[in-house]
Amino acid sequence: MTTTAAPPPALRTPRRKRRTRIDDRGWLFVAPFAIVFTLVFLAPLAYSIYLSLFRDQLIGGNAFVGFANYVTAFNDPQFWDGLGRVAIFLVVQVPIMLLLALAAALAIDSARLHAAGFYRIVIFLPYAVPAVVAVLMWGYIYGDQFGLTRNLNDLLGGQFVQPFLPEWMLISIGNIVTWQFVGYNMLIFYSALKTIPNELYEAASIDGAGAWRTIFSIKIPAVRGAIVIATIFSIIGSFQLFNEPNILKPLAPNTISTYFTPNMYAYNLSFAGQQYNYAATIAIIMGVITAVIAYVVQLRGSRQEAR
Amino acid sequence: MTTATAPRTDTVAVTTPRRAPRLARRSPTQGKKSLVLSIVMGLYLLYTLVPLAWLLINATKTQPDLFTTFGLGPGNSFALFDNIAQTLTYRDGIFLRWLGNTLLYVVVGAGGATLLATLAGYGLAKYNFRGRKAVFAVVLGAIAVPGTALAVPTFLLFSQLGITNTPWAIIIPSLISPFGLYLIWVYATDAIPTELLEAARMDGAGEFRTFFTISIRLLTPGIVTVLLFAVVATWNNYFLPLIMLSDPQWYPLTVGLNQWNAQATGVAAQPIYNLVITGALLSIIPIVAAFLVLQRFWQSGLSAGSVKQ
Repeated sequence: MTTTAAPPPALRTPRRKRRTRIDDRGWLFVAPFAIVFTLVFLAPLAYSIYLSLFRDQLIGGNAFVGFANYVTAFNDPQFWDGLGRVAIFLVVQVPIMLLLALAAALAIDSARLHAAGFYRIVIFLPYAVPAVVAVLMWGYIYGDQFGLTRNLNDLLGGQFVQPFLPEWMLISIGNIVTWQFVGYNMLIFYSALKTIPNELYEAASIDGAGAWRTIFSIKIPAVRGAIVIATIFSIIGSFQLFNEPNILKPLAPNTISTYFTPNMYAYNLSFAGQQYNYAATIAIIMGVITAVIAYVVQLRGSRQEAR
Repeated sequence: MTTATAPRTDTVAVTTPRRAPRLARRSPTQGKKSLVLSIVMGLYLLYTLVPLAWLLINATKTQPDLFTTFGLGPGNSFALFDNIAQTLTYRDGIFLRWLGNTLLYVVVGAGGATLLATLAGYGLAKYNFRGRKAVFAVVLGAIAVPGTALAVPTFLLFSQLGITNTPWAIIIPSLISPFGLYLIWVYATDAIPTELLEAARMDGAGEFRTFFTISIRLLTPGIVTVLLFAVVATWNNYFLPLIMLSDPQWYPLTVGLNQWNAQATGVAAQPIYNLVITGALLSIIPIVAAFLVLQRFWQSGLSAGSVKQ
């Protein structure tokens, strides 16, 4: 790719020189985005850091407490409970989802599939379904009143599948998230696969490489960048887990606590308990953990890419 | 980041290899169709489609039939049109009001997000202004910050501005799409030759005139992609309206449907499962249709974006 794309050096140098000239008119284009971005991203971020350093106390009102809220959070078993749950979710669900997506992308890309275009669009379809609808739909299917689960249990004559039991809940949620996002990740991988230059396949075929060899020696290395991106997005998604448990809660009130995930905890702290300062603290801790892990994944990914 | 993109400023060289492999890949070594693979993938297809089929089938059932008939079989009567009529008229047609709200948030929010991301992505790709690297770093960093982490402070900030419980509380945060900005930036770097802009400048065209007459056309596939994903994001938005709005008059479909569902539990429960299911079906039809109709655009836009990754 790079060898075909790179123009001769003699051509390239003057163009690059011209591009490095300072041209502040770019701000005219960037300013509208930058202003709104400041209002909805930077200001709330700064505000939540500010909030996390204060505490609304019965005596003395709103008082600066330094890192006391953070100390409270690190000693809060409910916070750790939620964090542990999303960590388990991340470690189990994300690899399954990404492997399924990669397998689907490779299959669709392989030209060995009948009606590959049809598979591609149908597998992508759930991404367009709103999370609320996806969760309600699966929630009803899981339900023991009129769901398929009840039909299945009736058929087997017992209570074999009970998606709303505490020990099943995470699997039930993982299934919904997998259903929703395999197609999206598949499309990221598939788009990357399509950019592999044909010469590579020809060379591999001349060298006598089979289909599997081509997959492991050419295709997967070529989409490593896409895998890193998809992994980072999935990590962010897992730590933010909120919609699925929150919408399932009315259907399974005894299984899903108010601190089921850190995000639900922060939400319930502020909107049910009016503890805005502590909720902001939880949100910041989660943001920092997410950013650090995403950064580490990106570092590892690009280091391997550099070879 | 900039060094990685430098060799690819040549548009022709990037587009050619992207197209070629699709046609030529069907070479004798790989062209054989595999029945086993088609069956395995068919199973996954089934997994994808069964819940949607369940939704479609159950939208045709009355509430009693939901409880008494097999989930993937027909009900005792075909009540789809009756359900649709009930959904649209329940509580003085609140569903239509929610649909209107969703459309408002999508048109203004997603439309605005696309415009801002296009302008800014183009500015980042084609101008070397001071602070460019800082803007880029901040926006990329913002992608890693969980959106929900900012939700509570955004709510508090907006309530001090007095705009919670108004459409602005949904629209303003929807205007920012860091992913859209990234995609346009990547796309514009390749799709718009810098020489073309310089030629336009020599002809005396202003920067915005050049943008709206020349650049925007070259960016169209990228813009459609960003627009489509912004539409999905706003159409499907749940968390933000959930915290910002307390008046059901301003709810979008997502929050409204969930409220109908929550109505089935608690004291004075009034389950309207058939309406929730029918409403859910109605709310996914437009967005699925948009994806199917525009698939050629967004698929080419996405593959251009992934060239960089």
